[in-house]
Amino acid sequence: MPALYLDIVGKKRGVNNNIILKLEDVKTSYGRIEALKGISLFLRKREIVTLIGANGAGKTTTLMTICGIVKNSGGHILFDGEDIKEASPQKLVRRGISQVPEGRRIFPRLSVIENLEMGAFIRNDRAGIRSDLERVYSLFPILRERRKQKGGTLSGGEQQMLAIGRALMARPRLLLLDEPSLGLAPMLVEQIFRIIEEIKQGEVTILLVEQNAKKALSCADRGYVLENGLITLEDTASRLLENEKVKASYLGA
Amino acid sequence: MIKNKILEKSIWALWLGLLALPFMGKKAGILAIAILLVILLLPLLNGLIARFGISVSRLNFLSSSANWLKTNKKMALLILFSFAAILPLFMNRYFVDVAVLCGIYIVLALGLNVIVGLTGLLALGYIAFYAVGAYCYALLWTHYHINFWLALPIGTALAGVFGVLLGSPVLRLRGDYLAIVTLGFGEITRIVLNNWDELTRGPNGILGIARPSIGDFIIKQPIHYYYLILAFVVLTIFITTRLEHSRIGRAWVAIREDEVAAAACGVNVTLMKLLAFATGAAFAGLGGVFFAGKMIFVSPESFTFMESVMVLCMVVLGGMGSIPGVILGAIALIILPEALRQFQFYRLLMFGGAMALMMIIRPQGLIPSQRRKMELEEENG
Repeated sequence: MPALYLDIVGKKRGVNNNIILKLEDVKTSYGRIEALKGISLFLRKREIVTLIGANGAGKTTTLMTICGIVKNSGGHILFDGEDIKEASPQKLVRRGISQVPEGRRIFPRLSVIENLEMGAFIRNDRAGIRSDLERVYSLFPILRERRKQKGGTLSGGEQQMLAIGRALMARPRLLLLDEPSLGLAPMLVEQIFRIIEEIKQGEVTILLVEQNAKKALSCADRGYVLENGLITLEDTASRLLENEKVKASYLGA
Repeated sequence: MIKNKILEKSIWALWLGLLALPFMGKKAGILAIAILLVILLLPLLNGLIARFGISVSRLNFLSSSANWLKTNKKMALLILFSFAAILPLFMNRYFVDVAVLCGIYIVLALGLNVIVGLTGLLALGYIAFYAVGAYCYALLWTHYHINFWLALPIGTALAGVFGVLLGSPVLRLRGDYLAIVTLGFGEITRIVLNNWDELTRGPNGILGIARPSIGDFIIKQPIHYYYLILAFVVLTIFITTRLEHSRIGRAWVAIREDEVAAAACGVNVTLMKLLAFATGAAFAGLGGVFFAGKMIFVSPESFTFMESVMVLCMVVLGGMGSIPGVILGAIALIILPEALRQFQFYRLLMFGGAMALMMIIRPQGLIPSQRRKMELEEENG
C-alpha cells in the first residue's frame, strides 16, 4: 500500500456507523480472468466518491459486484455493516442501492413517465412516489417537457438524465453511477455533473465511476485510482487532482 | 423520397399479385394487383393531397371514430360483446364451428401474447401446453371418469406447471436460443404422445371423451360450444387485461424492454419470467381441455409444430402485446384459410404472401399495442 493510504486510514478498520459501504479485499473473476484482484474501499454517508481508471481497469466490474449482478469470489461487501454477498440485485434495490448502468439502458419503447415509474417499481407509497417524481422533474426540467415521449426518442443527454432520474425514483441511499458523461457533448457533461452535486444535497451517497477524471475529481469528495484490478491510489479528490502521477496518467496535463 | 416509397410498395404489390396469379386467372390477377396498388399507395396519396392543403373527409371520419372508441371504451366493448352473443343465431352450423375454432385460438393467442408480446420471450413450442390440457382431460376421463368441469382447473394448472418446468431451464436463454429450445420442447411433447402407447394410445389417439354437461344438459351442438368458448374468451380477456395493467404486467414489459435495466429497478427477473411462462401455458391448458371436450377425441396430430407457428403468427400479425390486436389476428388467421378453402392447393402460398406483405407494410401489427396511461399521469393532469 502506498504511503498516502495512511492519511485517511484512521477510520478504516473497526465499526463506524458513518460508513455506508465498505469493500474488503473483494475479488471478482469472469471465468479464469480475474478482473478485481482484491480491492478495498469505503464510502461515508453523503459522500461523493469517484473511481477513476483506464479502460478495463475494473471500474464497471466493481459497480456490478456491489449491486449483485456479478458475484465476488472473495472478500466482503458490507452495506450498512452487513455482508451483502448473497443478496440478489432486486433485493439490493429494496435495501437502498440503485445503479445507473453504463450505456444508460433506459426502456426505449416506454414513455419517459413510464420509465420513471419503473424506477419506483419496488415502492408502494403513492404520495411519496409523486413527490419524488416532482423532485426528478425539478432536477431535470426537460424530462417534464418530454414526459410523454418514448424513451428511445430522447437525445443521449436526455437519456442519461432519464436514467439518473429513474434510479432516484427508487429513493436510494447509495447511488452507483457508471460513466454518466460517456458520449455526451461537453455542455451536457457540465450539466450532468452539476446535477450530481445537486443530488448530493439530498440524503444520497454516490459512487461515481468515470473516465473523465478531471470532472469526476472536481465534484467528488474523495477518489480511488484503479489499475488492472487493484487500487493503486486513494486520497481526497483535491489532493488527487494535484497528484503528479494522476496528472500524468489521467488528467492529460 | 416519396418516389422511392411508391416504387417499393408497387414492387410488393406486384409480387403478391404474381403469387395470386396461378389460381385467379390472368385478368383477375391483374385486377388484384391494381387493387393492391391502390390500397398500398393510398396513405402516400393522402400525404400528397394534405401537402396541397386539401383535407380528406374520409380520413377525418376514420380518426374521429377512433377517438370515439377511445373515449367510449366500455360502450364499444358492450356493443362488441352483444354482437358476439347474438352472432351464432344468424349463422349456419359451419360458420358457428369456425367461430368456435376462432374462440379456441383467441384463448391460445392471448396466452402466448403474455409470453411473447408482453415479456418478449420468443417461445415456439407453445402448442405443447395445449396438448397437455387436452390429454389431461382425455386421460382423466378415460381412466377416472373425472368430468369436464373438474378437469378444467386440473388441466389448466397442469399446463401451468409444465410452463414452469420448461421455463426454469431456459431462463438464461434469449432470442433465437430460447426459440430453438422451446421448439424442441414442443416436438418432444408431441413425440412422447405419439410413442407412449400404454398411456396415450399413440397415433390412434384417445376416443370416447365425454362432452361437457351442465346438470342433465349435455353440450353438443356447435352453438352450445360457441357460448361456452365465448365465456372462456371473456374470462381470458379479463384476466390478461388485468394482468397487463398490474405491477406484474409492468415488470413483464420492463423485462421485454431491457432485462438488465429491469433488474436494476428491482424487478425479480427470474420469478417474473417463470410467471409469464406459467400464465401463458395455463391459458393454453384451458384451451386444450375445451378442445378435448369438443372433439371428444385427441391425437398427437392436432399438436404439430405448424400449430405453434400459427398461434405465434396470430400474435405477431395482430400486434405483439396488444390484446385487441391479438384477438383480431386470431380471427383473421382462422377465417382467412377457411375463406380460401376453394383454392385448396394455393392457399398456403397466398397465406404466406399475405403474412410477408403484412410484416413489410405494418410490422407493428394490425392494432399496435398502446400502454395505458398510468395512474400518475392522470393525476398530474
